[in-house]
Amino acid sequence: MKILVPIKRVVDHNVKVRIKSDGSGVDFNNVKMSINPFDEIAIEEAVRLKEAGIATEVIAVSCGAKACQETLRTALAVGADRAIQVNTDADLEPLGVAKILKQIVKREAPQLVICGKQAIDDDCNQTGQMLSALLGWSQGTFASELKVDANELSVTREIDGGLETLMLALPAVVSCDLRLNQPRYASLPNIMKAKRKPLEVIELNELNVDVKQRVTAINYTFPATRSAGVMVEDVAELVSKLREEARVL
Amino acid sequence: MAILILAEHDNASLKLDTAKVVACGQAIGGDIDVLVVGHNCDGVASEAQQLTGVRNVLLADSASYANHLAENISELVLGVASDYEHVLAPASSFGKDVLPRVAALLDVSQLSEVVEVVSSDTFVRPIYAGSVLATVQSLDDKKVMTVRSSAFDAVATDGNAERVPLAQDMAAQSEFVEQSLTESERPELGSASVVVSGGRALGNSENFGILEQLADKLGGAVGASRAAVDAGFVPNDLQVGQTGKIVAPDLYIAVGISGAIQHLAGMKDSKVIVAINKDPEAPIFQIADYGLEADLFEAVPELLAKL
Repeated sequence: MKILVPIKRVVDHNVKVRIKSDGSGVDFNNVKMSINPFDEIAIEEAVRLKEAGIATEVIAVSCGAKACQETLRTALAVGADRAIQVNTDADLEPLGVAKILKQIVKREAPQLVICGKQAIDDDCNQTGQMLSALLGWSQGTFASELKVDANELSVTREIDGGLETLMLALPAVVSCDLRLNQPRYASLPNIMKAKRKPLEVIELNELNVDVKQRVTAINYTFPATRSAGVMVEDVAELVSKLREEARVL
Repeated sequence: MAILILAEHDNASLKLDTAKVVACGQAIGGDIDVLVVGHNCDGVASEAQQLTGVRNVLLADSASYANHLAENISELVLGVASDYEHVLAPASSFGKDVLPRVAALLDVSQLSEVVEVVSSDTFVRPIYAGSVLATVQSLDDKKVMTVRSSAFDAVATDGNAERVPLAQDMAAQSEFVEQSLTESERPELGSASVVVSGGRALGNSENFGILEQLADKLGGAVGASRAAVDAGFVPNDLQVGQTGKIVAPDLYIAVGISGAIQHLAGMKDSKVIVAINKDPEAPIFQIADYGLEADLFEAVPELLAKL
């Protein structure tokens, strides 16, 4: 079985983001970029399925400018067999990405797409569901456990009240939650090997996909900061403050 | 102009989130219809009819919808969406599962976790784990969006909406196997007025017992940081944060939680935040209204005794 794993290059999760002074966008100058943590889990899961003899090939795909090749190399170093960069400078929304991925799915004919449940920059949590809808496939979102058979996939999903298990017919789209696995680190030899693995570049205009903007950003602001609180000396003071000052008890 | 709201329920009762999404619908303005999809959910439809400001309750009751699977529900919503300019659902695991599928089928974008309505096409939503607020304008004819329920107050229940049965019935592609829900007598995390949360410092799941006692004394819910969930102290549905639940209770007590940005994303809109931590440098103290530098194993039992 072929597995396709979409990957996004995002601002590293430890970075405190800045906004441009005119509020027109987030400032990416000299900011550390990394692979989206959920996508790391997706690639790890695909590689594990390959190691288990279930997957035959793992293809990582990323949509964006040339810099996302770096992110694809990370996926290759972890164990993906080859990578595809859909080259564009356009500001892509989840719907646009889903449409691009649909074209890649048509070309590559994977039976399973494993993606992260959300990107930690736009926090959308949409692309996997949209891709699944456009393909008419079944979906298993927020997966914390995956069991693959020949034609079927059992997905345990994290839902608000607990867990839920679904059986999906293949082909399917699965989106990963944090608890699906613990991603491995790429070893130095594997990082070196990844440099020689195939990385195909496809120009966005070759795919004939409509990625026009559906949402425009008007401005970006920081949320109101909370006013500094007080440190209390002991539990007794805490209780009296909560009773008399905050009136929440 | 009309607004369709996808109700969240478990076939037995309507989730409070739905009433909060109706409040968001009122802020947009226009006729509000609520769509109840499920099986044997007559009571849910009756509850939805009582929500203030709702015009019609559309009811699609069929065994094929019993498990609320995204594939067939999204097809159903697609079928009725033509009459509406806005399609809303709560930003819960249910809404997040279904609504992007609806949006893609309609060929429109979706806005996630809307926290504020500026106008009928302009909304505010948090990005980067809530550290930035983006004001965005939708250029699509239809606005499909999930609503962060903690940002809206539930509407009252003195309404009297009309009930409209829908005849559609669509088989699902996927098959439901089982559900294991966390049993709890405590209020639901998302809507509790008091939340007591614990982190890695609790050390093990037995020690979470003292937080449960504290929560019970305050009539609240128990939450946790990702570290506590990953360490197996509590089930993952108690996780508060960017990738867990977003809560905004009147009182949030963070015990042994350092306050990573991903955790703050889930609770920093709480009215009063209390932090108990033995590390005076813990970032949680920078947003806590009341901070207590103490060993939680001494402070929490003492707090229990004094309440």
